[in-house]
Amino acid sequence: MKLGGGDILVQFLQDEGVEFVFGYPGGAALHIYDAIFRQEKVKHILARHEQGAVHAADGFARSTGKPGVALVTSGPGATNAVTGIATAYMDSIPLVVVTAQVASPLIGSDAFQEVDSVGITRPCVKHNFLVKDVKDLASTLRKAFYIATTGRPGPVVVDIPKDITDPAVKIPYSYPEDFSMRSYQPTVKGHPGQISKAVELILSAKRPMVYSGGGVVLSNAATEFTAFCRRLGFPVTNTLMGLGGFPATDPQFVGMLGMHGTYEANMAMHDCDVLLAIGARFDDRVTGDLKKFCPHAKIIHVDIDPASISKNVRIDVPIVGDIKQVVSDLTRELDAANKENDATALKKWWNQIGQWRGRDCLQYDRGSELIKPQYVVEKLYEVTGGDAFVTSDVGQHQMFTAQFYKFDKPRRWINSGGLGTMGFGLPAAIGVQLAHRDATVACVTGEASIQMCIQELSTARQLDLPLKIICLNNRYMGMVRQWQEFFYESRYSHSYLDALPDFVKLAESYGHVGVRIEKPEDVEGALKEAFAMKDSLVFMDFVTDQTENVYPMIAAGKGHHEMQERELA
Amino acid sequence: MRHIISLLMENEAGALSRVAGLFSARGYNIESLTVAPTEDSSLSRMTLVTRGSDNVIEQIKKQLNKLIDIVKLADISEGVHIERELMMVKVQAANAEQREELKRMADIFNGTVLDVTDKTYVIELTGSGDKLDAFLQTIDQSSILETVRSGATGIARGGKSLRV
Ligand SMILES: Cc1cc2nc3c(=O)[nH]c(=O)nc-3n(C[C@H](O)[C@H](O)[C@H](O)COP(=O)(O)OP(=O)(O)OC[C@H]3O[C@@H](n4cnc5c(N)ncnc54)[C@H](O)[C@@H]3O)c2cc1C
Ligand SMILES: Cc1ncc(C[n+]2csc(CCOP(=O)(O)OP(=O)(O)O)c2C)c(N)n1
Ligand SMILES: [Mg+2]
Repeated sequence: MKLGGGDILVQFLQDEGVEFVFGYPGGAALHIYDAIFRQEKVKHILARHEQGAVHAADGFARSTGKPGVALVTSGPGATNAVTGIATAYMDSIPLVVVTAQVASPLIGSDAFQEVDSVGITRPCVKHNFLVKDVKDLASTLRKAFYIATTGRPGPVVVDIPKDITDPAVKIPYSYPEDFSMRSYQPTVKGHPGQISKAVELILSAKRPMVYSGGGVVLSNAATEFTAFCRRLGFPVTNTLMGLGGFPATDPQFVGMLGMHGTYEANMAMHDCDVLLAIGARFDDRVTGDLKKFCPHAKIIHVDIDPASISKNVRIDVPIVGDIKQVVSDLTRELDAANKENDATALKKWWNQIGQWRGRDCLQYDRGSELIKPQYVVEKLYEVTGGDAFVTSDVGQHQMFTAQFYKFDKPRRWINSGGLGTMGFGLPAAIGVQLAHRDATVACVTGEASIQMCIQELSTARQLDLPLKIICLNNRYMGMVRQWQEFFYESRYSHSYLDALPDFVKLAESYGHVGVRIEKPEDVEGALKEAFAMKDSLVFMDFVTDQTENVYPMIAAGKGHHEMQERELA
Repeated sequence: MRHIISLLMENEAGALSRVAGLFSARGYNIESLTVAPTEDSSLSRMTLVTRGSDNVIEQIKKQLNKLIDIVKLADISEGVHIERELMMVKVQAANAEQREELKRMADIFNGTVLDVTDKTYVIELTGSGDKLDAFLQTIDQSSILETVRSGATGIARGGKSLRV
């Protein structure tokens, strides 16, 4: 088969099994768009902004585990995509982003819509390529998908000059089955000696703690990991990215840890004697002050990326490998050891944790006349039977959702943790809903965040996606306001949003349904009604308490045992 | 501690900027960096001199290894090794006394005079960085017109070699 470069790209995507390409056209990409037009297998999803396209591809990837694919034009198309690429990079999400480039002879001449896309994206991709010869196109794409989806996943950018996609230059094409990369061989299997050491340490624990993160989700290892934790009977905490990797309704689950984690999770971190860290990267939002981090614990760390190990915290037993494989090896070794943990010690530890739990650190004023954001999320959980895909933006609403929606399954909680990108929620929900046409998809957002990618309401309209948008409208950049209240003597510098749009009318003008909810007693009914509308996107504008804060909170420089808690009157 | 890290990397455009970008993005020290093709035209070899605590050096090595274009890495300063740097110095050599003194110093340091005019010499020296520093300190400072140094390169002694 002889094809031009544009057709090679599209044929390759078909052969790779890609169903959706999220994109936005422009001059340098026109040969590719023409090739897309001339076929039906790969469906192109037209976003309304390149950032939205990449977030949508990202939402698709997070909810399915398959790589997300985006396509943008050169220059402004590529620069608009950067926020989306960086968002995926920070959370290790597999994406392949094709950026069209000006024709090869023009590169370096400050040509129309030329930017150095490879240079601009270099610090926020796992790898990137500039295709210099159409003969290299298919093999480069093959490598891009391989790199994006293996080892520690991440976004890969493939920059393709316009002449490379020229339909007049036809070359033979076949899907490159075989290819080799001598410089890239991720370690999958953990070192047996390290596995034995880890099991010995695990079995010696009197106050054990499991701290797991996004790696469990990325490795598709939730089932194995959950069985492993249940077998041990240890308390389990998840990072923001790990939620759903262990069922939140399981009695062993002590909640999220870190800056806005639960009292019991953070106290257990502080007091544990053996910490089993699995697929988590000791982020500063999680550790608090490193000098006060887990002062009594020996630490085991399982991670596929050697650079994650001992980066922030010194590790006693590192295991480099894929979680699915390592957990099964750990389980086998545990069986072989034929030993149990000291049951009395474990019982005592659980008693202690029970006392911490008893403080009910997530309590809030349930008698308020105003709508409390926590209440909306609790009701959302009930109305959706805990089984929705929930995306979010960034801010207080994100934390309330993490705290109050009990995720029992992986890939259900879709949010930007590492980069914390406002504007992520709505386009990500579009990607999720496309991947799961019959599922319930909710986007919990704030009135500030939603405005960063609001134009994607148009995409959702075009595709008839029945998303449910839950806007917790506090007329503040709540998370910013909270910090200003705590650390800047309530000087609310530019965190107040004046001149907000009427979101009901806005939703309607995009062809969706909009509702405003102002009283606590209307919350449940409104949610039920909205979720019953199976064919419509419903934008729910909840007018919430402006002064609500997220608790508990670990302030800068504090340790896990130094949380600020809510004081109820 | 000072470390000499040798890298074999794919001879691709952009490989060098990945390494340089990594050092600036992560705030690592870079004392010198040299790179040239090898006998295998698909590979270049880079020698990087850096400083940092043990933790930082460990992260530098892990982060370098993570770059897709890096094929192999060795911290040659961890074992016995040879380190060499090339320097050329242009000095003022206008009178007999100066010429005599500079020639003598060049000989002591095993240097070679590569270029002679009626007013200048260009002296070539190879050795460790310390040796080159010592030479510069020994000769009359006011006579130095220009220096150029290659940055350190190095190789492990004995049977160990860095190859794919
Ligand atoms: C406003 C705001 C507040 C936040 N507050 C908190 C908070 O209170 N608590 C909190 O936890 N986070 C919080 N975060 C998120 C935080 O910034 C980090 O994104 C998050 O803690 C990182 O999660 P993680 O450690 O699970 O790592 P991830 O970023 O999910 O990284 C996954 C790790 O697993 C490894 N891995 C990937 N695949 C595999 C595999 N197959 N096998 C083995 N290992 C693998 C990777 O190498 C990596 O080290 C907040 C973010 C925002 C925006
Ligand atoms: C693109 C971007 N710009 C700025 C920030 C900093 N920031 C974090 S939370 C936040 C406020 C979010 O406000 P809103 O969406 O209303 O959510 P709330 O905290 O009120 O729930 C801001 C500005 C960010 N995370 N992302
Ligand atoms: Mg707000």
